[in-house]
Amino acid sequence: MKALRNYLDKQRPKFREGGKFAKLESTFDAFDTFLFVPNTVTKSGAHIRDAVDMKRTMMFVIFALIPALLFGTWNIGYEHYLSYGQTAGFWPNFVYGLGKIVPLIIVSYVVGLGIEFIFAQIRHEEVNEGYLVTGLLIPLIVPPDLPLWELAVGVAFAVLFGKEVFGGTGMNVFNPALIARAFIFFAYPSSMSGSKVWIADKLDSFSGATPLGKLLTNTAPTLNHLGLPSVHDMFFGYMPGSIGETSTFWILIGGLFLLITGVANWRTMLSVFAGGYLMGLIFNLWGANAYMSLPAWQHFIMGGFAFGAVFMATDPVTSAQTKKGKYIYGFFIGMMAILIRVINPAYPEGVMLAILLANVFAPLIDYFVVKANVKKRLKRVELAVNQK
Amino acid sequence: MSTKNQEREPIFSAANLKLLTGPLNLNNPITVQVLGICSALAVTAKMKPAFVMALSVTVVTGFSNLVISWLRNGIPPRIRIIVQLVVVAALVILVDQLLKAFVFDVSKQLSVFVGLIITNCIIMGRLEAFAMANKPWPSFLDGIGNGLGYGMILLIVAFFRELFGSGTLFGFQIVPESLYHMGYQNNGMMILPPMALITIGTIIWVQRTFKRSLIEK
Repeated sequence: MKALRNYLDKQRPKFREGGKFAKLESTFDAFDTFLFVPNTVTKSGAHIRDAVDMKRTMMFVIFALIPALLFGTWNIGYEHYLSYGQTAGFWPNFVYGLGKIVPLIIVSYVVGLGIEFIFAQIRHEEVNEGYLVTGLLIPLIVPPDLPLWELAVGVAFAVLFGKEVFGGTGMNVFNPALIARAFIFFAYPSSMSGSKVWIADKLDSFSGATPLGKLLTNTAPTLNHLGLPSVHDMFFGYMPGSIGETSTFWILIGGLFLLITGVANWRTMLSVFAGGYLMGLIFNLWGANAYMSLPAWQHFIMGGFAFGAVFMATDPVTSAQTKKGKYIYGFFIGMMAILIRVINPAYPEGVMLAILLANVFAPLIDYFVVKANVKKRLKRVELAVNQK
Repeated sequence: MSTKNQEREPIFSAANLKLLTGPLNLNNPITVQVLGICSALAVTAKMKPAFVMALSVTVVTGFSNLVISWLRNGIPPRIRIIVQLVVVAALVILVDQLLKAFVFDVSKQLSVFVGLIITNCIIMGRLEAFAMANKPWPSFLDGIGNGLGYGMILLIVAFFRELFGSGTLFGFQIVPESLYHMGYQNNGMMILPPMALITIGTIIWVQRTFKRSLIEK
C-alpha cells in the first residue's frame, strides 16, 4: 500500500504543468483519488464534517444494486433454459447469465468512461465519479440480448447529450441512464420492445412476452386466460424482462440499504409508490377494460416500477431538491407511470418516460415550493410588524 | 465625372461578396441567428426534400429582397408588412406551382411546408433588416446569401439524418446490404424530429468551438 502511494507521489510531477504528460493530468488524478482517499479538506465556507464524499455515495449505490444484479444474472440463464423446457441448476443458470451481462457491463463502462475522460482532459477538469453508477444502471435496464454496438451508441448519446452538454456530473437535467434507455428504445425499437427480446436466445416457438406486454395486448374482458406469472413469481422476479428490473424483492433489499445509509431519499421513494397506487385505484374505479381492473398493488411487481422508484427517481441530481417538492415529484412519477402503462397503446411500460418527464418539471416544482415558503414567511413578518 | 465613378462600385466588390458569404458562416441564419428552425426540423429527414426546400427558400429570399428593395422608397411605413407579405406570398405561390409542375412527388412530400415559406422568419427578417434600407443589387445578394446559408445547414442536417436514419442519400442505398446482415440497424430516432434539433444543436456546438467570438457572454 505504502509503496503504491510513494510510486504515485513520484509520478505526480510528470502530470503537472510542464511535465511530460501534462495533458493527462485529470486522468492521473482520477486514478489517484480512486485508489486513495484524497487528503484535501474544504477550507472556506460553511461545511459539515463527514466521511461521505461523492465517491463513497456512489459506492453505496453500487452495493445497493448488487442484489438485483446477481439475481438478474441468474434469471437470464433461468429464463433461457425455461424457454427450452429445461431446468438447469443454479450454476449453469448463473454462468449463462454472466456470459450475457459481463459484455454489456464492459461496453457500458468502456464507452461511457472513455467519453468522460476525454471531456475531462479537454476541459481540464477532474474526472467525475457519477458515471460509475450510471454505467452499472444502464446494463440493468436493457434486455439481455441487446446488441453490444447498440448499447455503445446509446451510452455515447446519453453521456454526450444527456450529461456533457449540460456541464457534466451534477449539472444534468435528465437521468443519463434513462436517456440511454430512451435513445435505444426509440432508435432500435426491434431490439428493445415486443415479446421477442426479453429472454436471451429463446426458442422461437416460446412466447417471451412480459406480463405488461400481455396485459396491454389483451382484448378479452377478463385477465384469467393471459397466463400471467403468479404473484409470488412476479414479486421475486421469475419472469422475462429487463435484466435488473424483474425482482421487486431484491430491488427492495437494495432500496432498504440506500435508505439506511441515507443515500436515497425516502420521501421520493414513498411518494412514487403512493402515486402509482392512487392511479391504480382510480383505474379500478373507472374500470373501462380488463387492464384497469388489475389490483392497484400488482403494478408494483411488474415491469420497471420498483427499479424506477428505488434507483432512478431518487437520483439526487435530477429529482426535486426541496422536501415538499420531493413528494410532488415522486407522486407525479407514480401517477404518470401507471397512466402511460394502462392508457397508451404504444408503450407497455411507462416508468422510463414518466421519470424523464418529471426530471423536466423538477426545477419548476422546487421553484413553486420555495416561492410558497417565501410567501408564508412574509405573512409572518407582516403579522409581527402589525402587532408592534 | 470622378464622383460618379466613385459611386459605381463593381458588381462583386468586397462588400457585396461579403453579403453573399457572411450568411454561410459567421452570420448564418440558422446556427447564429437561430431563425427558420421550424422548417429545418420538418423537411430534413431526407436529402431530396431538403434540397428542394433549400432551393425554394433561396429563390424566394433572393427575389423578395430584390422586389422590396425596388419598392422601398414607395412603400408607406405603416403598411410595409402587408406589402412585404403580398410580394412574398406571390413568389411562394409561383414556387409552389413550379414544384407541382416539375417535381410533383417532392412537392407532395414537402406538403404544407412550401406554403409555409411565407412565414419563414428568415425572409421577413431580411426584408425588414436589409431590403428596406439597401439598393436592389446588394439586397438581392443578401437574400441569395441567406437562402444559401439556410440551405447549407438543411443539407448538412439531412445528410446525417438520411444516412443514419435510412441508410440512403438522395434515395440511393449507401449503407451496404452486408452490414445489415451483420446486425446493423437503421437508427429510427434519426427520422424523428427531436434528432433534427439535436443535430442542429451539434452543428452550433461545433461552429462555436471553432469561432469562439460567437459565444455569448
